[in-house]
Amino acid sequence: MSSALLEVRNLRVEFPTRRGTLRAVDDISFSIAPGEVLGVVGESGAGKSLTGAAIIGLLEPPGRIAAGEILLEGRRIDNLPYEELRKIRGRQIGAIFQDPLTSLNPLYRVGDQIIETIRTHLPLSEAQARKRAIDLLQEVGISSAAERVDHYPHQFSGGMRQRVVIALALCAEPRLIVADEPTTALDVSIQAQIITLIKRLCREHKTAVMLVTHDMGVIAETADRVAVMYAGRIAEIGPVRDVVQNAKHPYTQGLMGAIPSIGGAEERLAQIEGSMPRLTAIPPGCAFNPRCPKAFDRCRVDRPEPIPVGTTQVACWLYEDARAKEAVHG
Amino acid sequence: MAEPARMARAPGPLLRVENLTRYFDVSPPLLNRVFEGKGRLYVRAVDGVSFEIDAGETFSLVGESGCGKSTVARLVVGLYQPTRGTIDFEGVDLGSAKARAANPQMQARMQMIFQDPYASLNPRWRVGDIIAEPIRFRRILSGRAAIAERVGALLRQVGLGANDAERYPHEFSGGQRQRISIARALAGEPEFLVCDEPTSALDVSVQAQILNLMKDLQRRLGLTYLFISHNLAVVYHVSSKVGVMYLGRLVEWSETKTLFARPRHPYTRMLLDAIPDLAMSGRARTPVAGEVPSPLNPPSGCSFHPRCPWANERCKSERPEAQRVPGGGAVACHAVEEGRLPEGPAVAPPAIA
Ligand SMILES: Nc1ncnc2c1ncn2[C@@H]1O[C@H](COP(=O)(O)OP(=O)(O)OP(=O)(O)O)[C@@H](O)[C@H]1O
Ligand SMILES: Nc1ncnc2c1ncn2[C@@H]1O[C@H](COP(=O)(O)OP(=O)(O)O)[C@@H](O)[C@H]1O
Ligand code: SF4
Ligand code: SF4
Ligand SMILES: [Mg+2]
Ligand SMILES: [Mg+2]
Repeated sequence: MSSALLEVRNLRVEFPTRRGTLRAVDDISFSIAPGEVLGVVGESGAGKSLTGAAIIGLLEPPGRIAAGEILLEGRRIDNLPYEELRKIRGRQIGAIFQDPLTSLNPLYRVGDQIIETIRTHLPLSEAQARKRAIDLLQEVGISSAAERVDHYPHQFSGGMRQRVVIALALCAEPRLIVADEPTTALDVSIQAQIITLIKRLCREHKTAVMLVTHDMGVIAETADRVAVMYAGRIAEIGPVRDVVQNAKHPYTQGLMGAIPSIGGAEERLAQIEGSMPRLTAIPPGCAFNPRCPKAFDRCRVDRPEPIPVGTTQVACWLYEDARAKEAVHG
Repeated sequence: MAEPARMARAPGPLLRVENLTRYFDVSPPLLNRVFEGKGRLYVRAVDGVSFEIDAGETFSLVGESGCGKSTVARLVVGLYQPTRGTIDFEGVDLGSAKARAANPQMQARMQMIFQDPYASLNPRWRVGDIIAEPIRFRRILSGRAAIAERVGALLRQVGLGANDAERYPHEFSGGQRQRISIARALAGEPEFLVCDEPTSALDVSVQAQILNLMKDLQRRLGLTYLFISHNLAVVYHVSSKVGVMYLGRLVEWSETKTLFARPRHPYTRMLLDAIPDLAMSGRARTPVAGEVPSPLNPPSGCSFHPRCPWANERCKSERPEAQRVPGGGAVACHAVEEGRLPEGPAVAPPAIA
């Protein structure tokens, strides 16, 4: 997609250790258009957070980008010097993490934190920045923002703190927001408020959002497209409706079946046997093969690459096969 | 494997709690109170909760963070003592530390499973010793070989292997550790398990394995569960009855199907409405304004009134008591009692998660 705001090409994230190099993100590619929400789901340890951290340039050493490119509005950002990257972060990319307390300094009033960030990135006076901070707090749904702006983080509840963090991520009007589990620590009622907020911002400001979560319900409500990650790879990526309601990859199918539903009559939930492999023991071929009910010989030897199947991209030999047959018969 | 023999049970519910109440004293130190002229300060974590659980069923408590679910769980198993109220287990009152001490055989029949599979297992003990501990403590079996055999059987029962007894907790994943917690809870041969968010720290795929296991064990061993979760879809899947808590009070309970198909209390409707829509029916959500008020200073009258679209003057001054409703269950809401509430936005099957 040439209109992409963010483009990730063949990204690989590695951790050198004494016993060899661990590959936590292995050759993944995707893009996000302006105003689009890309959901990223998968079990814990799948590599979701590391992908997000690589994009914002916050990989903790010894973790490093070992291969691939990250482009923001067509410009490479993965190889920039630290200072330049710091300017882009905040100005063009905003970050929201699971625990709002990690993003807020408990010793400073929330307003001062927002004002400082605004003035780092935008040429505004103190008074203008303060006005903007109040407007932003209002925009994220904090009532009496003019007074609240002078409160400390501990004076806000969890849901309100997360909204302050969103205001902080938005304050320089970034083009892209990377949100890592932004609602996981929140109750459903607050979760619903935050999701509504993210959707509205996306629509009104044309902001692109990468939304990392393991909650399929949140994805179904919020995302335009979704990427399903497994063991450092993208198993399936496509329009959210197709992936949620008509999953093609056996792993996605397993995930969807495992989610209990209200109104569902099933006595037992579908269950994916076993657990995700450790990074030190990723099986050869398709990483999902020891748990896959449909695995066959080839899956244990060759690694499937994502191929287009309908509207989605799927990394699974079942579909390669179907395509080959089509080619023979057609 | 041999299932533990069950005692013949008296008729009536297995557990009945009435007016269960627990306040926590969070007052500033005495000196500050004297000099700053401040009074004592209490958190009303649980405030007059009543419910019953029949043998073999699963009763769930749901509600937002801080509403008192875990406190109820801890009161029921005796980790906290109630400020007021009774906890009646098969006709024996366990509502005080003294009563619990006098009835060790009753206490032995209940066990608790916690949310965090990382914190709840002693990291320095081998899994075998962790699971054997209740067996030794209650002298259920004696002799090294007999205990080892039982531990192996318990491990197999929860889907692990007998030789996992030799390993340490850190060698297991979160889901496997939760299985170990369940094996340990079963080792004491309980018939009543209190499960406080047993799958909340786990991925959906692992959650499905644990929920299936818990249902299998319930069927095979005739277990009764008090199940705590903030995930309504999980609660729908596992429970026979559901109670909804708000700020320390039980605002509604009923049969699971009824509660989800015909929620009555405005708070229950709000919770159901807030669930993300996996079926993508395009259902318009009305995100509720406001948040849970502080339990230090709960609103007057009905504590839900600041967030309730149907609140009126009576709601602000008079606290609604739980009233039985036709078809089973109870609701504590003036508007329901007065019949001035429209039939709720029912969450109708099939499949909304
Ligand atoms: N030991 C304690 N001392 C003081 N206050 C307490 C104590 N334990 C719980 N509380 C308070 O009592 C209320 C109910 O707490 P509880 O842990 O039962 O909530 P919960 O419904 O289990 O919430 P969550 O979903 O977050 O686990 C909260 O306001 C909590 O802060
Ligand atoms: N500092 C580190 N050193 C070694 N391995 C790491 C480190 N940080 C993360 N990993 C591993 O990388 C994988 C992906 O991690 P992460 O991106 O955090 O997963 P998630 O999908 O849960 O967000 C996991 O197997 C994790 O254990
Ligand atoms: S490639 Fe083979 S093992 Fe992997 S998901 Fe597809 S069928 Fe299963
Ligand atoms: S009692 Fe009044 S305020 Fe409380 S839930 Fe009912 S209508 Fe709303
Ligand atoms: Mg993560
Ligand atoms: Mg709790």
